[in-house]
Amino acid sequence: MSWKKALIPLACVPVIILLAYGFWTDPRAIPSPLVQKPAPDFKIAVFDGGEMSLDSLKGKPVVLNFWASWCYPACYEEAPLLESTWRKYKEQGLTMVGVAIQDKEANAREFMRRFKFTFPNGPDPGSKISIDYGVYGVPETYFIDRQGRIAYKHVGVLTPALMEANLRAILKGG
Amino acid sequence: MVLMGLAAMIPLALLLPSAVGLASPDLEDRVREIASELRCVVCQNLSVADSPSDLAKEMRNLVRELVQQGKTPEEIKAYFQSRYGDFVLLEPPKRGFNLVVWGLPFVALAVGACGVYLVAKRWTKRREPTTPPVDPGLLERVRRELREREGSGRS
Repeated sequence: MSWKKALIPLACVPVIILLAYGFWTDPRAIPSPLVQKPAPDFKIAVFDGGEMSLDSLKGKPVVLNFWASWCYPACYEEAPLLESTWRKYKEQGLTMVGVAIQDKEANAREFMRRFKFTFPNGPDPGSKISIDYGVYGVPETYFIDRQGRIAYKHVGVLTPALMEANLRAILKGG
Repeated sequence: MVLMGLAAMIPLALLLPSAVGLASPDLEDRVREIASELRCVVCQNLSVADSPSDLAKEMRNLVRELVQQGKTPEEIKAYFQSRYGDFVLLEPPKRGFNLVVWGLPFVALAVGACGVYLVAKRWTKRREPTTPPVDPGLLERVRRELREREGSGRS
């Protein structure tokens, strides 16, 4: 084969590499620039009364979960795991905070009642917290370590294995 | 007295739109300009300015708030970029792998132009009139006959 004939299949190689990269990359997965960076501070008016801020939780590992009552079925699948994890690890210093985004208060309260949420949850007026955390869908969960850094961000429904693995990482050094 | 009263009302009238929360057209233009450069993160190929989604609406409100706080368009875009990464910018920044996106059309254009030039050159070469090779024997015969004719003409 002359070099000219070899040129045609060779020219296809970069095109195939580019296409393979495109097909293997999930276009909906947006890598967060916040991972391994300090978690943005937030203030949330908790549904059960009072106010909570990330600053006031300094030195504690925090699981910050964004959910919505209209997020079906993903948030409904994840909710029992959130509550059971909170009950299991709260004695070890874990704080779990739920943020109901773009939700009606009555619907959010009904969701909390349905899943017997006992950890603090609050609304996000103007989606300020959501945008500050680069949230683009629900559910999304942020694992914040004792130093106040976002150790891991998960998009979609958390599995028990993922929850355990990331909790172990942020509970360290207590 | 009436004039004095009217004069006192002018500054109040100027303050009215902001006092009742009405956005000025200039402010809305600036918000739209910035929002049109931001990608709606829950849509497919729509800007924050054009998207009807709730999140895009909240993002527009935040842009408006930041403009009112005196933030520059660059500062506002940098804020969204720090939260959502380069993805949020509809025009990818000219660095790293993104350079492929910016450079590839020009490379393709240059390669195409080279290809066209080479093909055109080959075609024009093929169409050039070529002189058929002359049989040396025939040439010698023609020369001889010419010499003979010249010789007979003189005599």
